[in-house]
Amino acid sequence: MMQTILTVDDSPSMRALLRNALAGEGYAVTSAVDGVDALERLEDDEDGVTPDLVITDINMPRMDGFGLIEALRAQARWANVPILVLSTEFSDEKKARARSAGATGWIVKPFDPVKLSAAVRRVLI
Amino acid sequence: MQLDEIQAIFFQECEEGLATVETNLAEVRDGAGDGETINTIFRAVHSIKGGAGAFGFEPLQCFSHHLETVLDLLRTRELSATPDLVGLLFAAFDVLSDHVASAQSGGPAPADAAVLARLEAAASGGAEQPADASAVPVAEDGAEEMDFDLDALMADIDLPAEAPAPWHVAFRPGRAAFDNGGDPLPLLRELEAIGASVLSLDLDALPRLHALAVDECMLGWTLAVPGTIARADLEALFDFMPDGAVVTIATHEATVDPAPEATAPTLRATPAPAAAAASKDAPVAPAAPAASPPPATVPDDGGKASGSATIRVELDKLDRLVNLVGELVITQAMLAQRLSLHGVGAIDELSDLDHLTRDLQESAMSIRAQPVKSVFSRVPRIIRELEAGTGKRVRLEVEGEMTEVDKTVVERIGEPLTHMIRNAVDHGLESPEDRVAAGKPAEGAVRLAAEHRSGRIVISVSDDGRGIDTAKVRAKAVERGIIAPDANLSNEEIENLIFAPGFSTAATVSNISGRGVGMDVVRRNVQALGGRIGITSVFGKGSTFTLTLPLTLAILDGMVVSVGAQTYVIPLAHVVESLRPQAGEVRRFGPDAAVLDVRGDYLPILPVGRLLGVEGSCAEASAAVLIVVETDAGQSILMVDGIQDQRQVVVKSLEANYAPVAGLSGATVLGDGRVALILDVETLVQRQRGDLALGLAA
Repeated sequence: MMQTILTVDDSPSMRALLRNALAGEGYAVTSAVDGVDALERLEDDEDGVTPDLVITDINMPRMDGFGLIEALRAQARWANVPILVLSTEFSDEKKARARSAGATGWIVKPFDPVKLSAAVRRVLI
Repeated sequence: MQLDEIQAIFFQECEEGLATVETNLAEVRDGAGDGETINTIFRAVHSIKGGAGAFGFEPLQCFSHHLETVLDLLRTRELSATPDLVGLLFAAFDVLSDHVASAQSGGPAPADAAVLARLEAAASGGAEQPADASAVPVAEDGAEEMDFDLDALMADIDLPAEAPAPWHVAFRPGRAAFDNGGDPLPLLRELEAIGASVLSLDLDALPRLHALAVDECMLGWTLAVPGTIARADLEALFDFMPDGAVVTIATHEATVDPAPEATAPTLRATPAPAAAAASKDAPVAPAAPAASPPPATVPDDGGKASGSATIRVELDKLDRLVNLVGELVITQAMLAQRLSLHGVGAIDELSDLDHLTRDLQESAMSIRAQPVKSVFSRVPRIIRELEAGTGKRVRLEVEGEMTEVDKTVVERIGEPLTHMIRNAVDHGLESPEDRVAAGKPAEGAVRLAAEHRSGRIVISVSDDGRGIDTAKVRAKAVERGIIAPDANLSNEEIENLIFAPGFSTAATVSNISGRGVGMDVVRRNVQALGGRIGITSVFGKGSTFTLTLPLTLAILDGMVVSVGAQTYVIPLAHVVESLRPQAGEVRRFGPDAAVLDVRGDYLPILPVGRLLGVEGSCAEASAAVLIVVETDAGQSILMVDGIQDQRQVVVKSLEANYAPVAGLSGATVLGDGRVALILDVETLVQRQRGDLALGLAA
């Protein structure tokens, strides 16, 4: 079955880039514009289809990436979904922060499709 | 979606981001901002940087990175928003705008070294250092905080030295390996994919079956990885492994000590299948709290300035909607007309339909409407540049920036507005010394305002400068032969001479206002949009430019007139008055030319029928209806057979549906289904005047 990836980024171009790169790798891609939107989409999902992976930006209005991850991890059904965070820089401090929020891994922006799919492959079973 | 389409979205985001930055910077400057204001600016710049990186716009990415660094320090209050720093941020904003523009156009990157140096100084020196270009060593170029890619560096070092020897990797993911959605399995697959082979499986930590927890990883592996893999790349593979994971990478000569300080499992185990590693299908961790509600908000939240909910629609789709609604309006009018012919015009449903159609039309038009803010927001920058160029000091007041007008109109306001602003600052405002001498504050005021007035948008630019010296203007107009030395002109007429073709302000042209086109061209462009531009002034007190434009170009207020068997529409923007001449008021000269004495002015009469080759039109001015129109070239009179109606018409493009025709600006469909052509009054008058001049010369 096709694996589904939810991408969360407030920038339409970034969403489009992610979609392009991931769809090209054979994943089904859905997207949300920020943390709140992502949560709503996940909650409203009538079929109960849990994405196989969530990729989220950190800096977003309304609810940032860390907030989203914490909110997801607080619910049993999202507790084990791999989540990759996207950011332009990852200091050790920031990695630790992402990790403690519950992130599985990270992708440094700008990413090329190779780097992106490597990161995705590293967390998707 | 193609990459260039995504890139187009990116530039749209940049534009929005830049507008956000500018608006919020202004708030910071005015002390109106709060923590979220800086956050909003930071996010906008951050997004630009991210996209710039993704699309490979390196100069833009680099510059936004430095700006972002300073913003981050502001955000975390390590820097405070001193006037100097805000000034620097504005300067950086301008450069950022230039970077975006050059990335979009593919032009050379703007010169940003000076501002970059100031940003770096601000970032490294903190608040104590003056954000002053002269105080900053430009040449050092951030040697201290240079960004370098450690991985790449390590790869460079390791690759030549270690390439041939295979790596021995001892890997014990640890109990927490499945936390946070992690799983060692994909990593093992990836290791396998790069040519790694498992040397041994470490089962030491595996507990007895009854003690086995499905959500803990108790296995360890020792692998051989080809030495051609750079150490950094290899390390990067294990990057996502959680705390508690033990990874030892060594060359095969080195001793491999898998777990000196591992999570130290004490239970010995009977060998069990390694399947424990693949546990993604296992039930979710019982340890996770049962469905506690997600936090509704997070600390970073503010909601503020994140904009209203919007949806992007292709302009083509919108135009199609507006077009269809236009057709609907026409059909509705035709229906009403046909019904009234059969005596059923006065039914309620018909008037309901009329209202609904009109509401629908307004709604459709309002979708295309945009606040003039997008244009107004460029003004501060123009002012800043003018301040820098002229040494004048300007306080800008803006009012009514949320006033909405059709997108096509918004797009064309920019140029005349720029001219008005330049004129106000460059010619209108005096130097600070002169102002003080005249008893005015040293800082000049420029007020930019927009409002809706009787179905049009009125944009005014006022300054409190020196005003127009009518005597000087008059003298210049006489000198340039624009008016006769003895012409009898009101002050207002003299002031508006600055829009006259050929009234170059050459004597006072500076490299600022003189950069663009003359005011006459501005006026012509405005009139092409169905608008007007004018100026009023009080000498010594200041001037006000007023720009009046229709709210939309898709609908036109027109006077429907008959010429022979044809029906034409005259845009109401041109119409001054209509009159039926008394015998004797029309003066003829030559076989074709005639003028009318309108309160002392002799205005040329243009017989529309003859100009457009309509047969059977009224040839005698005394029997016709004369419509006085205002044009660039002054007032003229259009001669038509009769006036049918005055109403809004839906403009259909001739270019799009047929071909451009000189003297006609478009067409519309009337209630009875007939096509009426819309007169291009400006061209008609100019052409006729040209003919007249030629005729007289011959």
